Amino acid sequence: MEAIQGLALGFSHAFSLTNLAWAMLGCLLGTAVGVLPGIGPALTIALLLPITFQVSATGAFILFCGVFYGAMYGGSTTSILLNAPGESGSIITALEGARMARNGRAGPALATAAIGSFVAGTVGTLGLAFLGPVIVDLALALGPAEYFALMVLCFVTVSAVLGGSALRGLASLGFGLALGLVGIDLQTGQPRMTFGVPELLDGVNVVLVAVALFAVGEALHMAWRHRDGKAEVLPVGSVMLSRTDLRRSFWPWIRGAGLGFPFGVMPAGGTEMPTMLSYYAERKLAKPEHRHEFGTTGAIEGVAGPEAANNAAAAGILVPMLTLGLPTSATAAIMLSAFQSYGIQPGPLLFQSQGELVWTLIASLFIANVMLVVLNLPLVGLWVRILKIPQPQLYAGILVFATIGTYGISNSVVDLILLYAIGIIGMFMRRFDFPVAPVVIGMILGPMAEQALRQALTISEGDWSVFLTRPGSAAIMGLALLALAGPRLWALWARRG
Amino acid sequence: MSLRPSWPDLAAGLFVLLLGLLGFWQAAAIPTSPIYAQVGPKLVPYLVAAGLSLLGALLVLAALAGGWSATLAEVAEAGPPNRRALALVGAGLLVNLLLIGPLGFSLAAAAQFALVAAGFGSRHAARDLLLGVPLCLGVWFLFVEALGVNIGAGVLEGLVLQLLGREPV
Repeated sequence: MEAIQGLALGFSHAFSLTNLAWAMLGCLLGTAVGVLPGIGPALTIALLLPITFQVSATGAFILFCGVFYGAMYGGSTTSILLNAPGESGSIITALEGARMARNGRAGPALATAAIGSFVAGTVGTLGLAFLGPVIVDLALALGPAEYFALMVLCFVTVSAVLGGSALRGLASLGFGLALGLVGIDLQTGQPRMTFGVPELLDGVNVVLVAVALFAVGEALHMAWRHRDGKAEVLPVGSVMLSRTDLRRSFWPWIRGAGLGFPFGVMPAGGTEMPTMLSYYAERKLAKPEHRHEFGTTGAIEGVAGPEAANNAAAAGILVPMLTLGLPTSATAAIMLSAFQSYGIQPGPLLFQSQGELVWTLIASLFIANVMLVVLNLPLVGLWVRILKIPQPQLYAGILVFATIGTYGISNSVVDLILLYAIGIIGMFMRRFDFPVAPVVIGMILGPMAEQALRQALTISEGDWSVFLTRPGSAAIMGLALLALAGPRLWALWARRG
Repeated sequence: MSLRPSWPDLAAGLFVLLLGLLGFWQAAAIPTSPIYAQVGPKLVPYLVAAGLSLLGALLVLAALAGGWSATLAEVAEAGPPNRRALALVGAGLLVNLLLIGPLGFSLAAAAQFALVAAGFGSRHAARDLLLGVPLCLGVWFLFVEALGVNIGAGVLEGLVLQLLGREPV
């Protein structure tokens, strides 16, 4: 088995002292940003991108993935204790988790979330290790036409299927694609979309856009909506799971993990859908004597399942990123740009050309999972203290990091003006319910899609029908069309019937 | 759905439409490449501009038919915008923009820190400033020393570097 050999190789490298240290640092940082409302893994990794000039690719990606996994763990703590989900994947956790906390059962809620995250993270990472090579074998047969079709599918699912409205999601995507076009065209050397501004010839920096949307826009939106008053952090109590709790959590963990992973793998990206499905499934499947706890005192099944689904989906997102080079979440998109800054092209060849990196990374994910469950259960008190940072200083601090992360790109005030301008757009996007993740994904995937499109059309000598005559690309294009039109047709049909 | 247009939503739709039109203008401004290519550099910009214009037009139509944001729970529950907070945070960003050139990162960002904290309801401006200066200085050293980012030393950073007996960057 390729996976077993790979894992053996990976673990032999992952247990080196430096790699363990990177994993530990990533887990600590990730949990901290997951706990803090207002910052997430995408912003953190964007701010850490300069590290790619300093350390080896392996170290940097272990750090990034530690942050990514850690944020999933930390997010649940905030949802449960503050009833304020740190990110979209833990919205559902807050439903039952905060109710449990209000009824003095915060400890068991935190415990089932952390252990569920561990179970699902491990299942998901195993899935990545065994499914990855299989997908790579399939992907090696893909030509530029199929690649372009896959990217179109990815665009449609991240912008039109998730979120409130296809129209607004696609508009966000279009904004990102336009930003990605700014700068010199790599094939012909022509400047594009620069409005004649020389600073724009190098293109718009991804870090700048991510920081603008996730930090500045978010802070401005919070200020717009700000009301004085303190959020209350609920007390934790003992974080032990009783035998009943354990029995009630076990199957939800497994079901959540099983539900979450495929959703992450398919370019249906995002964690909202699997967490929601897991929640409804657990509410249906709960024993009658516990069912009344849903929506009243808080049911532990409603924390265990969605939290597991969330983490398994997060692991799943790494599958298309590492095997196909397709990012299906904002965090994955930023990680992809880190690969580019190392001059590594993620895609099917990654497993062969960078086998050591990939397998060390996967092995480190297992190690990170163990570290995280330790960090999040016995040390939960530490994170609760972070939660008590007052909101004024927290947002002021986030903006300090946003400023230095952007100013550090080229010591340019023009960059700061651009940061604030896109930040203001980000604020209005939040107000009008335009999702921001498609902007980042479009910006990074857009240039890759354009390259695939131009390659495919060069091979076919300008014949557009190539996307429909090659069976692979035709099938994927069909799926994309279905994803775009399907929900609408279904709604029409349901209204008639 | 009400038939009265939603003005805020109309503005959002028009903005998207405007982006699309800007895209057309910039796509048309790309000089035709002297290098032969099956697909030139103009195709994708035109496609994106067309897509944005179409989406903008559809959003405008949706806004004229009543809009979408009135149905969002977050908007419906929210009170009037907090102008004071927004103004203070905006002032913080502006102050940083003006000071970062002459004074350097730490002092400019500390001023921003205090103003943003005030915007979010902190009443201790002096304390925030005292907290902000060492914090921003620490962040500067973190980025310059640990992450190896090249950020010019300003007034305060130069002073501290001199105290440490090192040449200012």
